[in-house]
Order: sequence, then C-alpha cells, then structure tokens
Amino acid sequence: MSESTYAVVGTRPPRHDATDKVTGRAHYGADFQLTGMLHGFILRSPHAHAAIRRIDVSKAEAFPGVKAVVTSADLPESPEQMVDIGEGAMPLSYIRGNMLARSKVLYKGHAVAAVAAVSPHVAEEAASLIEVDYDVLPCALTVEDAMRDGAPVILPDLRTKEFGEQTGRPGNVAEHFRHVLGDAENGFTEADLVVEREFRTATVHQGYIEPHATTVLWNEDGHVLVWCSSQGAFTVRKATAAVLDLPVLRVSVTPLEIGGGFGGKIRIYLEPVAALLSKKSGRPVKIVMSRQDVFEGTGPTPGSHMRIKMGARKDGRITAAQAYLAYEAGAYPGAMVAPGAMCVFAAYDIPNVVIDGYDVVVNKPSTAAYRAPGATQAAFATESVVDEIAENLGLDPVEFRLMNAAKEGTRRADGPKFRRIGCVEVLEAMRNHPHYRAPLEGPNRGRGVAVGFWFNVGLASSCTISVNSDGTVNLLDGSVDLSGTRTSVSMQAAETLGLRAEDVRPSVGDTDSIGFTEVTGGSRTTYATGWAAVEAARDVIGQMKERAALLWETDAASVEFDRGVFRAGGRSITFQELAAQLDETGGPVVGRGAVNPSGAGGSFSGAIADVEVDPETGKVSVLRFTAVQDAGRAIHPSYVEGQMQGGSVQGIGWALNEEYFMSAEGAMLNSSWLDYRMPTSLDLPMIDTVIVEVPDPEHPFGVRGVGEANIVPPPAAVSNAVYRATGVRLYRLPMNPVAVMEALWQKESEPGGGSLHSDAAA
Amino acid sequence: MKWFDYAAPRTVAEAAGILASHPGALPLAGGTDLLGQLRSRVRETDLVVDVKRIPELNEISWDAARGLTLGAAVPCYRISAHPVIRRAYPALADVAALIGGVQIQGRASIGGNLCNAAPSADAVPVLIALGAVCLVSGPGASREVRVENFCTAPRRHVLEPGEILVAFQLPPPGPGAGSYYLRFIPRNEMDIAVAGAGVAVTLDDGHIRSARIALASVAPTPLFVEEAGEWLAGKPVEPQSLAAAADLARKAARPITDMRGTAEYRRHLCAVLTRRALEAAIKRAKEERS
Ligand SMILES: Cc1cc2nc3c(=O)[nH]c(=O)nc-3n(C[C@H](O)[C@H](O)[C@H](O)COP(=O)(O)OP(=O)(O)OC[C@H]3O[C@@H](n4cnc5c(N)ncnc54)[C@H](O)[C@@H]3O)c2cc1C
Repeated sequence: MSESTYAVVGTRPPRHDATDKVTGRAHYGADFQLTGMLHGFILRSPHAHAAIRRIDVSKAEAFPGVKAVVTSADLPESPEQMVDIGEGAMPLSYIRGNMLARSKVLYKGHAVAAVAAVSPHVAEEAASLIEVDYDVLPCALTVEDAMRDGAPVILPDLRTKEFGEQTGRPGNVAEHFRHVLGDAENGFTEADLVVEREFRTATVHQGYIEPHATTVLWNEDGHVLVWCSSQGAFTVRKATAAVLDLPVLRVSVTPLEIGGGFGGKIRIYLEPVAALLSKKSGRPVKIVMSRQDVFEGTGPTPGSHMRIKMGARKDGRITAAQAYLAYEAGAYPGAMVAPGAMCVFAAYDIPNVVIDGYDVVVNKPSTAAYRAPGATQAAFATESVVDEIAENLGLDPVEFRLMNAAKEGTRRADGPKFRRIGCVEVLEAMRNHPHYRAPLEGPNRGRGVAVGFWFNVGLASSCTISVNSDGTVNLLDGSVDLSGTRTSVSMQAAETLGLRAEDVRPSVGDTDSIGFTEVTGGSRTTYATGWAAVEAARDVIGQMKERAALLWETDAASVEFDRGVFRAGGRSITFQELAAQLDETGGPVVGRGAVNPSGAGGSFSGAIADVEVDPETGKVSVLRFTAVQDAGRAIHPSYVEGQMQGGSVQGIGWALNEEYFMSAEGAMLNSSWLDYRMPTSLDLPMIDTVIVEVPDPEHPFGVRGVGEANIVPPPAAVSNAVYRATGVRLYRLPMNPVAVMEALWQKESEPGGGSLHSDAAA
Repeated sequence: MKWFDYAAPRTVAEAAGILASHPGALPLAGGTDLLGQLRSRVRETDLVVDVKRIPELNEISWDAARGLTLGAAVPCYRISAHPVIRRAYPALADVAALIGGVQIQGRASIGGNLCNAAPSADAVPVLIALGAVCLVSGPGASREVRVENFCTAPRRHVLEPGEILVAFQLPPPGPGAGSYYLRFIPRNEMDIAVAGAGVAVTLDDGHIRSARIALASVAPTPLFVEEAGEWLAGKPVEPQSLAAAADLARKAARPITDMRGTAEYRRHLCAVLTRRALEAAIKRAKEERS
C-alpha cells in the first residue's frame, strides 16, 4: 500500500451513527409509530401454484376491530410499462401481480389479500376468516423441472426471448442469451486437458435480520406518505407510485434505518398494500413481516443448474471455456443470470469463450438481488473446474490462476474490455500471505482457494453540503446507510474540505429533501455518493473562494485552497475563519453535487479457506479463512474489512448449510432461523482480511466498491478445501453434512475407494 | 396469535383444578416451546396456566438414599450451575447448558422439554439414561411414570386432562458412574438434534457393570435402547464392545427422512454418537473412580 498523502481518507474515525445504533435509539422500520395507526396482516397462498376461483372477504370485514380488507381487485389498472426497480427494470404487471395475486398464485407465500385492524393479532385472526377457493395446479420448482417438456406453464403470457429476439414460444424460459468470444470449439481442440462438470446450487436468502416493515398514510389530500426500511427511498417511491398509478410527486418516502438488505430490500412488497389499506380505512397502516413471510414472500437468490467446460494446455494456459447457466427466476422473469454470465469467467484471460444463459420461471418467490447477484453460483462452478485443472496439470492453484489472470485490456465474452483492474494483485496477495504458506497439520484437513469478480455500478447520486458559521458542515445525501456510508461519504467530503470527519454531520434525506439517488446497492454508495460529496465539497470551495475574493477585493480565480486554508496574494484565511464571515459576504453557502458515473471499476476478491471434515459425520468446520479484495482505495479500512468479513460469512453459509428446503408440493419447510441455518459466530473462525489497493483511475480517490465481490469466492474455496481434505469433490450446494457423508460413502463404495483417513470403529 | 387468558396458580391442587375444569388449557413453564407454537398458530388455547409459581415445581433437592428431586419447572441455568448435579449427573448438567442459549436457559425447563414431547428433545435421552421417574399429580391420585414411557407419539404424552408433571426423581448414581450426552447438529449451537445419544454407565475394574442408552430424533418418541445397555453389562471396556453396542443403537433407530437428514444418515449417526458418547461417559466414570 502506498504512503498516504491523505489526512482523513484511510483513517478509522468512529462512525457518526454509532451511539444510536449501540444504544438502540436508531429507528428501524418496525419502530415507527403514528397516532391512530392500524396494523396490517397479509394473507398468503398455501399453494405453490393454483388458480384463484373466488375470494370471499365478508367474514374478515365483519370481524370486530377490522377497518379495511383489500385484494388485487383494489389495485388500479394501467397500461403495461417497464418500471425501474433499482438495478434493473420489470414490467408493471409483474410488480403488481407480486403485490397481490390476481387470477393465480405462483408460489407458496404469494400475497393474496390484506387486512388492517386495531391490532396485529386481530388482523391475523380476521385474515384467517378470508375464504379463498383455489384450484391447485402442478408446480415446477427447479430449472430442470420447469424446462422439461410438458412442464406446468407458470405464466401463460410468457414467450421465450432468444438471442434478443421474441420467438413467440410459450414456456417457462423467459430468455436464452449467448455471449461468444473467439472460437470455443477450436479452443478446446488446442487443449491438452478438458474438464466438464455439472453443478447445482440451492435457492438461498440474503438473511437480513430486520424483517421488511413499512408504515403508510394515504393522506386526505391524496398524498401518500411512506416510512420504511429499504435500500433506496427513491426506488420505493417510483415503484409504489407505479403500482398505485400515481405521479411520483404524490408519494413521499422517508427512509428509516435498515437492519440489513444485501440486495433484498430494493424491491417493494408492502408499501402499495399498506397504502390501499390506509386509503380504505382513512388511518395510517403499518405492516411488519414475520420471518416466515420474509423467507416465503420476498425475493431470495436463484437456485441454479450449470455446466462448465474448460480446456488448458500442459503449459498451464487456458485455451477455451464454455458455460451453461440456467437460473431460477422464481415466479417472474429476472433471474440474475445476466450478471452471472458477466462474471463467470471474468477472472481469466481466455481467448475462446461461449456462455449460454437461461432465465427460467419456477414456482418459488420472485428472486431478488443478493450481494454480487448471480456471480457466486457461477464462481462456484468455474472455480471448482479451475481447481481440478490445476491439480491435473500439477500446478499450484494460485500460480495457475495467475498464469491466466485477467488484466488491463482483457476482453470479457459479454463485450467489455477491462480497464485497470486488480485481479493479479489480489492473486499475488494470496500467494504471499502467510496463511497460504502455513503448514496444514492433522488428518481430514484441506486448504482451498478461489477468486471472484463483481463489476460494480456507478449510477445517480445527490449530495448537498451546508457550511455552518463555526466551520463545520452538514451533509445530506440520498443513500440509505447500510454499512457505514454516512461516514465513508463524509470522510470524502472532509478530505476535500480540509476538515476532520467529525466536523461533518451527515444525514440521509427523504425523497422530498434531496435530489434523486439510486439505491444503496451494486457496491456504489461509497463510490458514487462519495463522488457526489466530493463534487458538493468542490462546489463549497468554489463559493468560498468567491467570498474570500470579496473580502480581499481580488479575483476568485486567484484564490487557492489547500488543506483547509484559502490563499491569495500573500494573504490567507482558514475555512473556519471564512465560515464565520459568510453572513457579511452574501449569506449561506450550500454546495451541491449530483453525479451519474458509468464506468465504475470492478473489484476482484480472493479467499483462502482451511477446513476439517469429520469423516464420520460429514460435518465441515472452517478452521481458518482469509479474504483478499481490491478496494481501489479503502476510505475507512474498518468498514472495508467489515464488508469482506460479512461477504465471506454469507458465502460460507451458502456453501455449507443454507438452502430453501422444499417439499414436492413447493412448500419451504425450513422457513425459520432455526432450520435455515445461517452460520453463527460460533460456527466461524475470525475472518482475516487483506485489502489490496489498485485505485480506480477515474474516481477522485480511486474508490472501487467493496460490498459484493467478497461473497463470490467462498463457496468454491470451501468446496476446493473439502476436496483436498477428503478426496471427494462436491458439485452441489449446500455441502451440508448429509451431502458430504453421502459423497464419502459413494467414494468408499467405488472400486479403489477405500476408507479415508477415518478412524471409525463402527 | 389468538388472545388467551392467563392463570398463575400457587399450588399443585389449584393448578390441577384449573386444568381439569378448562379442557384445552395448556400449562406454561418457561414458554420457550409453547409461546412460539401459539404465535405461529401451531397450537391454540383460550387459557394458559403458568406453573412456575408452584413451589414443588421449582425445587432441586438431593438425598444420598433417594437421589435427586428436580422440579419440572426449574430453569436450565439453575441446573447447569448446581454443584451436586454437575458432580453426580454430569450429562444432565451438559444438556441444561446446551439447550438454546443463555436467554433460553434462563427460562427453559426440563419438564417443558419432556412435556413438549418432541422426538428431538435433548434432555429426554439423558433422563432416560439416568433412570429418571416422573412424579405426576392431578385431580386423582399422584402417580409415577418412567421417563421412557412418558411420550407416546410426537406431541403426545401420557398425562391425563388435569394432570401436571411435578418433578423428576433420579436415583443416586452408584460408584464408578459416568454419563454423557452428545447430539449431532450441522452448526455448533442453536440447532435441533439431527440425532442424539444419551448414555449412563457404571464401571468396575475394566468392565462395564451397567449401561443405559437412549436416542433423540430417530423415532416418533425419544428412544430407549434397552438391549444395547443390557448387552454391554459385564463386557470389558474395549472398542469392540462399544462398537457392538453402537451397532445395536443403529439397528433400534426408526428414523424418518426430513429436512434435517435422511433416515440412512440418521441411522449411521446413531452408531457414531452412541460410540462417542460411551467413550466420553467411560472417561468420566474413570475420572470419578480415580
Ligand atoms: C431459540 C431456542 C433454542 C432451543 N434450543 C433447544 C435445544 O437445543 N434443545 C432442545 O431440546 N430444545 C430446545 N429448544 C426448545 C425448548 O427451549 C425446550 O424444549 C425447553 O426445555 C422447553 O421448556 P419450557 O419450560 O420453556 O417449556 P414450555 O414452552 O413452557 O412448555 C413446553 C410444553 O410442555 C407443557 N408443559 C410445561 N410444563 C409442564 C408441566 N409441568 N406439566 C405438564 N405440561 C407441561 C406445555 O404446555 C407445553 O406443551 C429451543 C427453543 C428455542 C426458542
């Protein structure tokens, strides 16, 4: 890491919201209260796929304490349009259909009706009196089920789009696309070794601790006021207005603190329903999901079916690669297979590539973004095959990756050519880390490595900075703070203004008070909102130079600013001194920054995992784990490390135990924290982190988003470690104890298999 | 969750009277099973009868001749901290420190663990292995029920309407006794046993004098594998003996396949856990003798 020339960037000041978070004063979605507020409850489908013949709400309406009941009949009708739902767009009819089912329910947990009553218990009790007459239909739960001939048709109007063209073919495949680079067929003939493997991964949930919660008031003036926990107030406003067929001006959204999102709180589920209940009842309505609602009624990340084929020469050069990626979209098109295809081979410079992607609807909840959406599944597959090739060629797995690593100028099969990236630097940091060299003692232990990529996004952000008379500043931005971004954004403003981080008081604005800002997602906030803050700070400096010029009766262009001091013609004045004279020099100074950067630099991440496998139970314990990531520039290194640790842990959970365990009828059987089995702190070692800094050439401080790439390598790294510990490679996630044990039994039963390092006596 | 009424009787007789006159009323101890079930509407009731204020249900007493009397509603944290239990019934102390986490252990009782009648209840194999007897009171005469005969099916047990579980009576451990509970869970804490094995042994010079083995999560009720313990009696403390007893446990298991594991996997675990629990109990028994 280079010697820093910065005073604030790269330091670790306490976060501005720390006290409120630690003492419990911070207001999350469910904490919000209004006088006269009612409580809503959503009735959900017990079936994975069924036609709705009739809904009778009369008994619920008559139940004492009930003030309103709504169904899809209460939703407005309006012409089809694509609605931007943050990091992508979706047809309005799908968004509405997911809000309250119309003629069909498409997954167990699909919202069907809602009740508002004087208490949550009354609302729940009344909802159980709603009679829904269902005609149960056969369901398709995986891509393989849904792509089979004769599979139940989930969306009758859906027609397959192929290679960008409408085919007119009905079915469950929403889209099939292909990326081609070079000539893969030829590339495979050049290879000395070709490995092709098939992989499957389960549907998993982001697992944010805070359930979705919203309070909505449909005011007498026709204005809809929303207070909710989300990843972006403007996206909630846009989607809510579209579903309710209102102009955006009629909807105001105030973001509350968010207890985790990871991509899952970008889309909306509750706001229009609460709005309709409020309109009918004339009272504010709050809806808080239960954990079961969150699992069954919000968007998890796609399960997948993948095939990866890669060929390499004896000298270690990868000559060709082919991917088949079929992802579960859930009930509506939009599986994150396109980003999966962008990332599947992104870590490598491969001349000949073919990638086929399939977006397939199934009878599960409509999937949503989850931290580097689509990339983790793909990396599990690719990095397993890469590991196998390295082993077969007798090459060190990190060296083999370095020999083929993507670098500036490498073209990806989906089109873009990389600018300056840090793939090589990340791999070198892995190779040079003491963990990679440390001996691994004891039986049934193994070490695995993997790398991963996420492209990151820029997108629109707004920020204003108001100068106070004592030289401190108030900063307002539009980015919901998921991960300490109040501080990482403020630090960039402070660095620019020559202030300390604690001289900046940041707050997150509502949709009435700050300019349009895209969601907190795509690893964009420290990058893009930070950039907006730099622009706002530069605007402040420009205006302050004019004030100094006024005082000194000189030209603003001759005033210079450096580290908090304005200078011109031998005179100088500090930021604080000048701030005290704003009244006399023309009034308040308010700087503004509004940006929409498009060329965010992607981030590479690597993982080294040591595991021990109990040969008698199949249980995998992670003994040691090191995460390495290119942060471009770490504004606040503690938060970067926190992101790396968090992503690693989620990746380990995805690898080992997390899954939607479905009945044949399409019910999720483990919709509780008890049985969904995210790792707890007791299941993990301390996650060691190494921040690599290859600055993004365009960003004012060189920032690359760090929120996502870190989840991409862990499942493959753990799987590669399990292989080295046991000699058994798993091609399916999760690698839970049953799956590992079955693989061990399979190996024992094979000729020449024999017992592992087991000391089993039984 | 539906509204319900709440009663907090102070005597066993009062509790029995309330329960007998309100069919469908449910006893409440720590509530760590019951409240979740009421909230998720797995169960419904109009009346909850809190039994925690009844003195007999909160008692822990020890008598060298009669052994341990453990009130049905005593919370786990008192059990795992109790010096006599830690010394004489180590598996009971283990399991009280293993159910849930600190918050749960502040409320959860062993009586509730048994009366919930889940096949996965962790304390029940331990109670069976330690030879515990349930003291039951109700509108009629008080009676005793051996723990292995208490559960009849998932969520079903032998209590008649109006009856409550008052306490457990555990015989004093003989010389050279050791006990252990081992469960398998995919995570390291906060999980439901995929399978569990509770064992109690007594040793005499290199031989197993007696042994009792019970399993969790591999049958509709907690499973007492009497034959495995009987087989072990008189056998030398050798790996082959333990492996053979473990194999009997495996054969006795009647597990199902569900989201927590397949039947085959669970049968396999029965052998592994029984063997490992026996090894650990024997180690404790040897330490006890030395
Ligand atoms: C987070 C969490 C973790 C958990 N972890 C574990 C675990 O690791 N292992 C495990 O085995 N369990 C676990 N449990 C389940 C539960 O905590 C235990 O079963 C506990 O022992 C139940 O005791 P309780 O006193 O809370 O019972 P309650 O919930 O009060 O009662 C349970 C049942 O018994 C009945 N009942 C209670 N007392 C009596 C009585 N005296 N006479 C007649 N009927 C009675 C009640 O009506 C109810 O049906 C966990 C629960 C939670 C919420």
